[in-house]
Amino acid sequence: MCGWFDMTIPKITIIDYGVGNLQSLKKAFNFFGVNAAASEDTNEILTSDAIVLPGVGSFEAGMRGLKVRGLVNNVKNFAAKNKPMLGICLGAQILLSEGHEFGVFEGLDIIPGKVIRFFDLQNKEKIPHIGWNMVKSPGGEMWNQDFYFVHSYILLPDRKENIFGLTTYGGREFCSIVKNGNIYGTQFHPEKSGKAGLEIIKNFINSI
Amino acid sequence: MKNIRVIPLLNIKGPNVVKPVHTEALRVVGNPKVLAETYYNEGADELIYLDIVASLYQRNLDFDLLKSVTENIFIPVTVGGGIRSVHDINNALRSGADKVAINTYAIHHPEFLTEAAKEFGSQCIVLYIEAKKQQDGIYEAYTDGGREHSGLDAVLWARRAIDLGVGEILITSVDQDGTMRGYDLDLIKKIADFSTVPIIAHGGAGALESIEQVITKAKTDAVSASSIFHYKESNICSVKNYLRGKNINVRMV
Repeated sequence: MCGWFDMTIPKITIIDYGVGNLQSLKKAFNFFGVNAAASEDTNEILTSDAIVLPGVGSFEAGMRGLKVRGLVNNVKNFAAKNKPMLGICLGAQILLSEGHEFGVFEGLDIIPGKVIRFFDLQNKEKIPHIGWNMVKSPGGEMWNQDFYFVHSYILLPDRKENIFGLTTYGGREFCSIVKNGNIYGTQFHPEKSGKAGLEIIKNFINSI
Repeated sequence: MKNIRVIPLLNIKGPNVVKPVHTEALRVVGNPKVLAETYYNEGADELIYLDIVASLYQRNLDFDLLKSVTENIFIPVTVGGGIRSVHDINNALRSGADKVAINTYAIHHPEFLTEAAKEFGSQCIVLYIEAKKQQDGIYEAYTDGGREHSGLDAVLWARRAIDLGVGEILITSVDQDGTMRGYDLDLIKKIADFSTVPIIAHGGAGALESIEQVITKAKTDAVSASSIFHYKESNICSVKNYLRGKNINVRMV
């Protein structure tokens, strides 16, 4: 018997491209009753309502992970349709055009911009930036919640309209969230950011 | 200034959280899952989970227990205890760890730190040092849950490990651990002075002033404590409120 109300659960796929820990992400989606499967299968990705690009490690390793699995075009095509996408940490960085970590490497070019190393930090702050830090809107309003960061490289989108969140570390303001339509990239780890992070995951699920 | 992280540390033996005092006595202080979830809900910034007999008994930590303990918490978890291979690290990560802490095996095979950092990234590899002050004032690094001499100068070992690729250093004072009489400021400062990677201080947290001091005097990047939390001498909130009152930035929840 078919229900007369629509109870479709969105199909969310976490792309497994060999970099980073997927368990925490799966756990975060499970928290909201959503079973987000990890997969590197082209068809799974094609038929998903939304995809998540996790990732920890170097820019080059990330792009290589996608290339050897033949996933670069899949991800680009998914983005071209403006279907919901969430990139996390390295997953956010590879959304940009190029990365300057240990050389210059081509990214997915879904959001124009570069990924460069933190520079000229004040107060002898260490690199990588490890710990909790606040995000504010480009307009200036603070979100009043901290999120967990661990990174040495930062997002540098070309266009102001792709900057959705800003954070300051060592006196340097950097882009902590990029956005292009339904495509978001967070430099921080929502799955490691307690309740504030879970809110981000919830909003992403609701946006689908 | 950046937020200082406040990190409860759970020493695990079998199914229990235990608290060693000078590594001679072990007292059961609680249930790992209950404590982990309590600390998470109280606003802990991260959690450290160390199986203190894995190396001694030459076995692995209980990955199933780890999975259960981390099931309902969404903050970074650093796991240590008998980590001896890339396979062990993979198992830890799959069971809920975000970072692994390595002590004993790295002292005997320093190149493992580089191998691990290359495979998982430096940010995933934490050097764990158990340091005990010797007669001549030099700190010696201990292994196997703070029981065995290594003959290594702990401070020089820390310097070397940074070159080998570790992303953070967790330093415990074996002398102060469990006493709640204050951190070993000298030890922490010696390493903080040259370390280019974040330091987490542990061992001796007692009065709230002692936590402030290890931050302002010894320049640690993060503070870790066991006894004061497990024995309910204090709690995460009180510590954070106190630090905030002293103009030290911390994440408020």
